[in-house]
Amino acid sequence: MADRMVAVLSGGLSHEREVSIRSGRRLSAALRSVGLTVEEWDADASLLSRLQSSRPDAVVVALHGGEGENGSVQAILEMFGVPYVGTDSRACRRAWDKPTAKAELARAGLATPEWIVLPHATFRELGAKPVLDAMVSTLGLPLMLKPDQGGSALGAQVVRDAAELPPAMVGCLAYGDTVLAEQFISGVEVAVAVVDGPEGPYALPAVEIVPESGVYDYTARYTAGLTDFHAPARLDATAAKAVGELAVAAHRLLGLRDVSRTDAVVAEDGTVYFLEVNVSPGLTETSLLPMAVEAAGQSLGEIYAGLVERAVAR
Amino acid sequence: MTMPGQPAKQGPRSLDPHLRRYAARTAGMTASEIRALFAVASRPEVVSLAGGMPHLAALPLESLSAEIGQLVASEGLVALQYGSAHGVPLLREQICDVMALEGINGHPDDVVVTVGSQMGLDMVTRIFCDPGDVVIAEGPSYVGALGSFTAYQAKVVHVAMDADGLVPSLLREALEACKRAGQRVKFLYTIPNFHNPAGVTLAVSRRAEILEICRSYGVLVVEDNPYGLLGFDGQTYPALRSMDPDNVVYLGSFSKTFAAGLRVGWVLAPHAVREKLVLAAESATLCPPTLNQMIVSRYLSTQDWKGQIKTYREAYRERRDAAISALEQHMPQGSTWNIPDGGFYVWVTVPEGIDTKAMLPRAVTARVAYASGTGFYADGFGSRQLRISYCYPTPERIREGVRRLANVIEEEMQLAATFGATPGRQLSGPQTPSPDTA
Repeated sequence: MADRMVAVLSGGLSHEREVSIRSGRRLSAALRSVGLTVEEWDADASLLSRLQSSRPDAVVVALHGGEGENGSVQAILEMFGVPYVGTDSRACRRAWDKPTAKAELARAGLATPEWIVLPHATFRELGAKPVLDAMVSTLGLPLMLKPDQGGSALGAQVVRDAAELPPAMVGCLAYGDTVLAEQFISGVEVAVAVVDGPEGPYALPAVEIVPESGVYDYTARYTAGLTDFHAPARLDATAAKAVGELAVAAHRLLGLRDVSRTDAVVAEDGTVYFLEVNVSPGLTETSLLPMAVEAAGQSLGEIYAGLVERAVAR
Repeated sequence: MTMPGQPAKQGPRSLDPHLRRYAARTAGMTASEIRALFAVASRPEVVSLAGGMPHLAALPLESLSAEIGQLVASEGLVALQYGSAHGVPLLREQICDVMALEGINGHPDDVVVTVGSQMGLDMVTRIFCDPGDVVIAEGPSYVGALGSFTAYQAKVVHVAMDADGLVPSLLREALEACKRAGQRVKFLYTIPNFHNPAGVTLAVSRRAEILEICRSYGVLVVEDNPYGLLGFDGQTYPALRSMDPDNVVYLGSFSKTFAAGLRVGWVLAPHAVREKLVLAAESATLCPPTLNQMIVSRYLSTQDWKGQIKTYREAYRERRDAAISALEQHMPQGSTWNIPDGGFYVWVTVPEGIDTKAMLPRAVTARVAYASGTGFYADGFGSRQLRISYCYPTPERIREGVRRLANVIEEEMQLAATFGATPGRQLSGPQTPSPDTA
C-alpha cells in the first residue's frame, strides 16, 4: 500500500471550488500521513494528459458540486480505465439530482420531507403567484427552498412567510434552473457518513449540527465556531440506530460506493427523514465526515487508503 | 451492522474554542459565498471582470530581473536588512518627484512609505477614528477603504457623485446633518481621479469648493490617488493636496503605475500627522520591506518609468474601448454606464428589478465574474450596480465577458419578471479587499 501513487482531484469549476480545494489539501495530507504518494490535481483541461503521463494507481475525487458529483468526471475515469475512489458515474447522477434521490428512497419506504420540483419555466408560463400559493398550501410553512442540484447549502433558504417566497425563488434560481421546495421538518439535524468495509457499508457515528443562527447555511458551515457539533449526536439508542440504518439504506438503494454522507433530520416524533446524500463529502476543517471519523476512533488517512485499495482491486 | 473502531467521544464541540474571545470588530469576518464564487473567477475559463489587477504583462520583465539581481548582488546587505519605519530616504525623494507630476510640492520628510496604500488607509483610520466616529466617503467608494473604516468601527456616511464626481452641495448637506446629529466627522475619504469603482473624475472646478467645505466644518481630507497618472490622454489633474497641503493627507501607490505585488505605497501628510503615522507604522510592521522599496527606487532611477506609464495608459485605453463597445453592443435596454477617461473601471447600472449580488452565481455559471455594487457601499445601497474592471483581460476576453454578462442579465430579467421581486436573502459575507475585488 505504501507504494501507491494516487491523484487527489479537487478544485474544478463549480461554485464549490474553494471548498473542494480545502478538502483536497486535507485529504492529501491524510493520505501522505499513512505513506501514500499523492499528487494534487485541479480538474482542468490538463486532466486527460495528466492521467496518461502520470498513470496514478487510483484517483480520489475530492470535487464538490458540478462535474465532480454529477458523474461527469467519473465517466471520464471509467472510459480511460483509471481506478477511482467513489461512486460510479451512473449512481452519481442519480444521487446528485436531489429530487431523483428522494423519489428513489421514498419508493423504498424511507421517510423524506414532502417535496415539489419546478423549473423556472413553469412559474413563467403559468404565473408565479398561483403556483407559489399552491406550493405553500401543499407543503405548508415554513418550507425549505434549494436548488435541485448542488451542495454546501448554496442557494438554500428556509422560507417562513409566504411574502418571502418570491424573492427567495429569485435567489435560489440564480444557482440553477429548477427549484426543490420541501416541507421543513424541525428536529435534530444530523449527518451520517457511510463507508464501505470488507463486510459491506457501515455507518460512522452521526454528527449532530447545531448552528448558532439556527440555519446551517454557507456561513455557518465554513466559519469555524458558528456551529456546534456533537459527535456522536445526542440521540437515544433507538434514534442513533435509526439514523445509521437510514444512511446505510440510502447508500445501498442509490448504489453508492466507497463513501457517502447522508443528511437527515430526526423529527420530534422520532421519525428520521432523509434530506439529501453526498457522494463526495466535504473534508475541510469544518466538515462533518472528518468529525465522524474521529468520533469513530479512526483516521481519515487509513479510511481513504483502504478505499484506494478497494478501487485498485475492482 | 456495527461500525468498527473505538468508543466515541461525547460532548459538544465548537471548531473555534476562541469564539468568545474575539473583539467586536471581527463580527463580519465570516466565510462568504461571495468569496467562494470568486475562487472560481480566478480560473482561466472564467472571464474575470471583477479584479482590479494591473496589466503586468506590459512590464519589461527581463531588464527588471537584471536590475533586481544586481541590486541584491551589490546592495543585498542593506536590501535584506530591517529599515526605518519612515521608509528608504532615496525612495521618499523620488516619490516627491512622482507627486510633482500632479502639482504636489511635498517634502521627503513628510512622506511615509507603506505596504501598499491600503496600509496607509489603515494607519490613517487608526490614528484618527474612534469607534462611532464618522467618515464621509463617496457613494460608492473603494471596498478596501470601507473595510478599514469598518475594522475601526467608524460609521461611513456616503455622499453621492455625478458625472463630475463628488457633489459639493450634497457634501455640505451631509456634514450639516452630521453636525445636527452631534456626530464627530473625522475626515472625508475621496478618490478624485478615475474613481474606484465609479470611474468618474472630480471636476477641477469643484476641487477648491470641496476643500473649502471640509475646512469650514473642521474636517480633514484623505485623498486616495492610485490612478491619477493613468488618464488615457495623459492629462493629470491638480491634486487636492497641492491645493491645501495643511488639511489633506495624500495616499499614493506604485501598484497601478509599476507593480502591485511589491506592495509599495506612501502617505504624504502634514508634519504632525506624519509623526503619528511613523509611530503607527512602527507598531504595525516595524518597517516596510526594504528590498521592495529599493526595487522601486532602482526602477525609478534606471528605467523609463514615465514611458512605462504611457504604455500602461495605452493598454488600458484599448481595454476601456473594448469594454464600452461591447457594452453598447450587448447590454439590454435599461442598463447605463459611464465612460471613464482613465483608470480601471466602468460602473454599470442594470435594469430595475435585478440584484447584482444575487445574480453572481448565475454569472459564474456562465463563466464571467464582476464585482457587485453593494460591496462598494457601507449602507446596503448599490444592488442595481456592478463594477466592470477592464484592466486585466485582453480586449477579446473583455468583449466575450461582456457578451456573457449581458446574457446573464437577460436571464435575470426574466426571473425578475416572473417573480416580480429581487431576492430578499443576500449572499453571505462582505466583499473585503482581495485581488479579485480590490
